[in-house]
Amino acid sequence: MSTGYEPRPLLQARGLRKHFPLRGGMLQRTYAWVRAVDDVSFDVYPGETLGIVGESGCGKSTLARLVLRLIEPDAGTLIFAGEDVRAARPPRMKRLRRDMQLVFQDPYASLNPRLTIEDAVAFSLLVHGRSRAEARERARALLGRVGLDPRLYGRRYAHELSGGQRQRVNIARALVLDPKLLVLDEPVSALDKSVQAQVLNLLLELKLERSLTYVFISHDLNVIEYVSRRVLVMYLGEVVEMGTADALAQSPKHPYTQALFASAPTMDPDRRMDRPPITGDPPNPIDPPSGCRFRTRCTFAMPHCGDAPPPLRAVGPDHAVACYLYEAAPATTTAAGR
Amino acid sequence: MAIRAVGGVGPGDSPGVVDAGRASLPPDVAPMSYWRTVAWRLARDPATLVAGGVLIVIVLSAILAPWLAPYDPSAGSIRLRLAPVGAPGHVLGTDEQGRDMLSRLLWGGRMTLVAGLTPVVVAFLVGAVLGVLAGYVGGLANTLVMRTMDIFYAFPAVLLAIAISGALGPGLPNTLISLSIVFIPRVVRVAESATVQVKGLEYIAAARASGSGVGPIVRHHLLANVLGPILVFASTQVSLSIILAAGLSFLGLGVTPPAAEWGLMLNTLRQSIYVNAVVPALPGLAIFVTSMTFNLLSDGLRDAMEIRA
Repeated sequence: MSTGYEPRPLLQARGLRKHFPLRGGMLQRTYAWVRAVDDVSFDVYPGETLGIVGESGCGKSTLARLVLRLIEPDAGTLIFAGEDVRAARPPRMKRLRRDMQLVFQDPYASLNPRLTIEDAVAFSLLVHGRSRAEARERARALLGRVGLDPRLYGRRYAHELSGGQRQRVNIARALVLDPKLLVLDEPVSALDKSVQAQVLNLLLELKLERSLTYVFISHDLNVIEYVSRRVLVMYLGEVVEMGTADALAQSPKHPYTQALFASAPTMDPDRRMDRPPITGDPPNPIDPPSGCRFRTRCTFAMPHCGDAPPPLRAVGPDHAVACYLYEAAPATTTAAGR
Repeated sequence: MAIRAVGGVGPGDSPGVVDAGRASLPPDVAPMSYWRTVAWRLARDPATLVAGGVLIVIVLSAILAPWLAPYDPSAGSIRLRLAPVGAPGHVLGTDEQGRDMLSRLLWGGRMTLVAGLTPVVVAFLVGAVLGVLAGYVGGLANTLVMRTMDIFYAFPAVLLAIAISGALGPGLPNTLISLSIVFIPRVVRVAESATVQVKGLEYIAAARASGSGVGPIVRHHLLANVLGPILVFASTQVSLSIILAAGLSFLGLGVTPPAAEWGLMLNTLRQSIYVNAVVPALPGLAIFVTSMTFNLLSDGLRDAMEIRA
């Protein structure tokens, strides 16, 4: 399936998996595993925004940290700009980190309360051997670019700023190393609606200005639709559907995606759906349902849904779904399914 | 779509827009640094100021004891035993051996302060290193350090101090060792839990994502946020340490006679309480005032070091 984009992906993730051990008792024995991310594959192409959407606890944030190798995956490969991220030794990893950065969700916990925001932004530059003066200069310039006058705010501490202002500092810190890829983990979820719009627009401006590539994680479908070209829908650590934002909005295939769209508040009368949104909480990721993990909440669950996890199948150009309802379609050859 | 409909500028988040209060700030004037803010707050807290003043008096009088004391603290006189407060030549009276109480209290303050402060300083240094190490490294190192500390923690502080002092024998150095052992596990616990909490925060993850090694992360991000709480906790332990040190001397496990030390003075004077109730109460009063002073100071420090908007 061809696209107008450069054919070589900037980031290739294949079969990423992370199970967290739950330990307890005197000897800290592992008694269970939390299957946070299970066999997730996707490609991110230069210049695009890949949206990742899903309920709380579906493994989105874990995925963000896996992609940046802040936590080590249990399995899978990560290729960034042709380099195997997981095989990179410390010096090479340090260089790779300049090109991939993360913007965090919590504007309060993500800034060191004992550093001025200028120093917080400049820290990364110092790590990469820039002089103090140069680091400070560039940090201040970037603070100005994200909308915080360095003369007024540069020497302030994070607790003196509002949530939106802190998130601007977070963005400046992530951009100060001139990365190619920015992973945004719920960057606006903690902000008011009006501030959300400002920060989102800032992110879109910066993306054009610096030809950035975004992986944008959110639980908010409106936000995801606004910023992304392609969207990946996650449920309990697995990808259930992926496709262009338009394809997903117009004809969501997976019952979970349909439910997500049905439950998202919308102003558009054409988008009202009859199907009731799903109820209840996702099952425990310690002991997920066999086969399709969504079957316990699925309106269309069939007896064989519990037998084996459904593979991702292409249901259109740039559109793949993991659901037995679409079994007639041939399974895609690569799990990434583009 | 909904998100576009609310694209207005929100109050309080208008970037670069200067509100009335900030407009009067000349450009690029830095707000106060953290430690200056702490000092500024301390200087405006009446309880802390009074306690600080009292502490300065206590410390100065202890340091200057050789010059301030009117008599030799261990020279007694059989004829002048248990003179009451205000006796001619002896402002605070004399003890059961006729030694001048004022001189003994001044000299005793030296011992008590050394015995109270040293173990806490040692425990702060050792405990912070062990606790931060256990908290940051985690895993086996954490289990080893913390379970070892739990063994010491199983005994009540007084019992542990008495047991170790009893095993080592009396004398000031042994008192310092036994009290340090009492306080180290407490500091380690606080240091470990503070470290584990800060380590999980996103700014540490951000520093790792920037490619920083462990050294700069610990220096700039971890210690800066962990040492404050540990210091505040250690300061709360000073008063307890003073009381424990005096208690060990009282029991004959600390400073040995004839040296002047408040706890020891309390012990030797206690038989005279029916002869003269005021004089034997003086060392107790000194212990009480000194430990209260440290308590008030550490309360003030805790409030002043809090990070608030």
